[in-house]
Amino acid sequence: MVSILGLRMPRELFRILVAWAVVSAIGIPAVWFLLGPHLPPGTMSNSAADQQFDNTVLAVCVVPVAAFLAIYFPYCLVRFRHRGTTFEDGPPLKGDGRVMVAWIAGTSALVLFLAGWGSWELFPGEHGAGGGQGPDPLQIATPANAAGALQVQVIGQQWQWTYRYPQYGFETDQLVLPQGQLVEFHVTSLDVIHSFWAIQLGVKADAVPGSDNVAFTQPGRVGSFQVRCAELCGIWHGHMFTEGRVVTQSDFQSWVGQQKRTLAPASGSLPPYAPSYYPTPLTRGG
Amino acid sequence: MSRAMRLALVAVATAAAGVLVGFYIVAFLMATPPTVNSAQTSPGQARITLQTVAAIGFGAHPDWVSYLVQDPQGRWVHSTILRVPAHSLVHVTIYQYDTASGLRNPFYSQVRGTVGGIMYLNGKATRAIKPDDPGHTFAIPDLGLSVPLQGVPDDAKNQCEAAPCSTSQAHNTIEFTFRTGAPGSYRWQCFVPCAAGFVFGNGGPMQTMGYMDGFLEVQ
Amino acid sequence: MSTTVLKARPAWREAFGFNFITGIVLGVIGYFVGNAIGQAVGANIDAMSASDQNDIAIVLGYLVGVIGFLAGLGFFNYPVARLLGARPSLQEHEAGGAWRYFRLCTDHKVVGIQYLVGVLFFFFIGGLNAMFIRTELLFPTEHFWDPDHYLTLVGLHGTMMMMMTSAMVLGPLGNYLLPIMIGAQRMAFPRLESLSFWLVPAAGVVLLSAIGLDGFPSGWTGYASLSVQAKAGMDAYLVAFALIGIAMTLVGLNMLATTFTMRAPGMTWTRLPIFVWAVISTGLLMLLAAPVLVLTMALVLMDRTVQTSFFLASAGGSVYLYENLFWFFGHPEVYILALPGFGIVLELLAVFCRKPVWGYRLSVAGMVGVALVSFFVWQHHLFVSGIDAHLRPFYMLTTELISIPTGFVFLNGMGTLWRARIRYTVPMLFALAFFFNFLIGGLSGVFNSDVPSDVTTHGSFFVMAHFHYTIMGGLVFAFFGGLYYWFPKMTGVVLDERLGRIQFWLFFVSFNFTFFPLFAAGFLGQPRRVSTYAAALQGINDFVSISAYFIGISMVVFAVNVVYSWAVARRRAAENPWQARGIEWQLPSPVPVRNFERIPEVVASPYEYGVPDAPPVAILHGPAVAAAGE
Repeated sequence: MVSILGLRMPRELFRILVAWAVVSAIGIPAVWFLLGPHLPPGTMSNSAADQQFDNTVLAVCVVPVAAFLAIYFPYCLVRFRHRGTTFEDGPPLKGDGRVMVAWIAGTSALVLFLAGWGSWELFPGEHGAGGGQGPDPLQIATPANAAGALQVQVIGQQWQWTYRYPQYGFETDQLVLPQGQLVEFHVTSLDVIHSFWAIQLGVKADAVPGSDNVAFTQPGRVGSFQVRCAELCGIWHGHMFTEGRVVTQSDFQSWVGQQKRTLAPASGSLPPYAPSYYPTPLTRGG
Repeated sequence: MSRAMRLALVAVATAAAGVLVGFYIVAFLMATPPTVNSAQTSPGQARITLQTVAAIGFGAHPDWVSYLVQDPQGRWVHSTILRVPAHSLVHVTIYQYDTASGLRNPFYSQVRGTVGGIMYLNGKATRAIKPDDPGHTFAIPDLGLSVPLQGVPDDAKNQCEAAPCSTSQAHNTIEFTFRTGAPGSYRWQCFVPCAAGFVFGNGGPMQTMGYMDGFLEVQ
Repeated sequence: MSTTVLKARPAWREAFGFNFITGIVLGVIGYFVGNAIGQAVGANIDAMSASDQNDIAIVLGYLVGVIGFLAGLGFFNYPVARLLGARPSLQEHEAGGAWRYFRLCTDHKVVGIQYLVGVLFFFFIGGLNAMFIRTELLFPTEHFWDPDHYLTLVGLHGTMMMMMTSAMVLGPLGNYLLPIMIGAQRMAFPRLESLSFWLVPAAGVVLLSAIGLDGFPSGWTGYASLSVQAKAGMDAYLVAFALIGIAMTLVGLNMLATTFTMRAPGMTWTRLPIFVWAVISTGLLMLLAAPVLVLTMALVLMDRTVQTSFFLASAGGSVYLYENLFWFFGHPEVYILALPGFGIVLELLAVFCRKPVWGYRLSVAGMVGVALVSFFVWQHHLFVSGIDAHLRPFYMLTTELISIPTGFVFLNGMGTLWRARIRYTVPMLFALAFFFNFLIGGLSGVFNSDVPSDVTTHGSFFVMAHFHYTIMGGLVFAFFGGLYYWFPKMTGVVLDERLGRIQFWLFFVSFNFTFFPLFAAGFLGQPRRVSTYAAALQGINDFVSISAYFIGISMVVFAVNVVYSWAVARRRAAENPWQARGIEWQLPSPVPVRNFERIPEVVASPYEYGVPDAPPVAILHGPAVAAAGE
């Protein structure tokens, strides 16, 4: 037994704790600096960057937990292996209140920190976590510049994504967004549950029939991103795929003009813009 | 019978049951409509002829709407797996025999992805039809292709009851051309809720290969 | 009719009685009767003739078929006999004869063996489906199976596995061991116990029949409105899962009633084996959560048959209702899967470290705590579904909090290993692998419970890797450990140790090679239940598929081991091959019909390792003690 900072503990346990401290001291910065910048979903938008940061924090929190168990278990499995053919009992250790209290306190602190941290990540005004927040996004989670946002209604139907730009009056099957402007997605479905997952933008919002699911993002870099459906919706669920693009503001305006021209025949037949649609009748004959 | 024998018998019976179930599953998985080749008219050009019917009339689901495709010998095949050459112009003729169901999303009322952005509806060049008029669409989302197929009026005479239908019965003829690119498997589907009796009109044939869903095998 | 059989009848005579074969015959007849009734009801409904799909006929066919199956097995005999004035009896067909394994038998040990074979049979079929799924995922855009058939395959795999893993521990091991471990001679409700078993093959067959009905597209979660829209095979899923829900409710009821009322004298709550505590916690969850599953399946069936609109938004319903109902069951369900594993590994650790379970009361508090808190976390499955944003921090908090009691099992394990005398038997290997796998599963759960991270991972292969690590890496490994451990007691023969080690290492290595890369696949953008994915992910998918085939091979090794050891080699087991202290190890192998000649008196806990002169747990042959009940 040794006495460290007034705590008496077995020498072996002390050695394990020292090893743990060393591995954690190396692992935590390694994960933060080396792994973190490469974690998905990347930094193409502010919501993606938020998630990447969140994933980095979580990965860092995982390091000491995994390290402790990865040191303790192998140590015991080797050190306390019983050799020989006789059946020998170990000491009747039934528990140790101080260890239990320390464990409960430690895990509770970690877990409560993560809950608080996750909640805080949902709130900051400029950013958003990119997840669908339902029809009434939290006021303090709605970005400050929401008034100038580009509205994009994402319509999920079996089995293709279409995108309606109410500010320009057309609906298209392409998703093109301007760089540097806040985008307010209104995700809805015409039939079953789909999920709009703009992977590199870090946006995921379920498309629920009869419901308007709002998500925010602000793309920072020009480039392309993938949109896939993340909720099983039938035969072509895996094929509901859009190649989206973030372009400069001027390219965006010329794309808008081109879409308005080429899609004019259909634009006149679209129903008035609404947060959700109930196309009738319930069942179609034919 | 000794216990060992009984246990061995149970083991054999269980294994046999398992193998039978395995065959049952594999038979289900391997069932797929036949792949039908397009007619090769000249190098770089191909032709597909399709028809859409209100009720297939035979098989496990006689009342389901369905596509049929004409093979190069002129026979109508109940399949939706079409083979076309890569980097070619594909001319499509569709005989549409079904009545109108109307679109769920009027976005699909416009012709997209064809050469010139038009289709020929009964010989007339058309860019879009009314959203309540299509009986079906032919759409290949990965190629940006979507063509609404005009429905036959409900009160038309001499409507076709079961496949294969002939051009003497009430129908609309839709013709268009599109371009194929790199080889691959491109899925295609109908975007009209044409599955009668199913919720949103999107169940049944709309979710079954060989009826309203298929593959374009570009090779 | 006689309900107490004193002597087994000749085998040929048994074949014509109320048994499995009669059950199948009456089940098939019942299906056609129910179907015909449904055809008559649906004859004039336009939607049914237009869609060539009469869901009323299919569902009635299944229901009447299951009733016929149960009637053929003899489940209605006793209630009818009692109505006609027969005396109460808790025993049926318990004496001798191999036929008692193919019929209603009130001996809980027979039910345990029945569960073992039945659950493993369907588990292997689910595993075969997984091999087919991984084959499809070898190529990003080329396909082996048509996409509609692929989705049925995914649904069959998931549903079969969820059904079977729910029963995997409490079925074979819980039923066999619980009464023995508490010093009782039977379960509280022996016929219900047998009923809970026979519902399992009924559900398995109903689920597989979905193949003949065009399959179902919804995966094991059966989300509306897709499930309302789906083709006829959806009814098979709904009925099968509802049957399992009923079976789970019965099992939970039985486990709780038996433990609460039938413990032997001296078997205080603090002397209960930790496995029994795990069974109680799981039973509590089954009793409270499984009925919600049955209800949910019934609501979807109503939407499909009698045109209600619980889940159709355009007719006033809401798909959120489905999501909430399903996950209100679904989250406790995953703890139904996790908790028995905790119980088994702590039992195994105590025996193979030859030390008491370190922190016994803490582990009990952990298991009961997990069971209770599990009812307050379900909305974490709906974080990006568009629920009210105010709810998300609350459910994030509860989900994070539940990881505290879940983590107790690690502390208990670590404490038990400290200064132990560890023997690396095959059961111990599986128990240790549990800790490795469940750690990875648990830590990935922390990612999922955090809302911003969940936005990245929800609906992707990350979630899939998470739950395979916890369910397969946790429960299934623990099950194998428990099976290798208790097999000598249950059958009187030992499983081959060399084959066991081969199975273990093959399984452990290939399991980790299969599921660890899937965390990356999910992070990089591969959604669940897809047959096509970004070309850049092919390398990961191919590596995973090849590894998955090796999991299949390890299962074949296991099957060979069971058949060879049980039917061919038949090496007799000693009464206590592991030198363990539990009551079950004081009894002969296999355990005789009434377990104990007389109810024992319990004088010590099973964890008194290292205590000099500790008495055995129970006194079996002391002065006669009156049994509870009969």
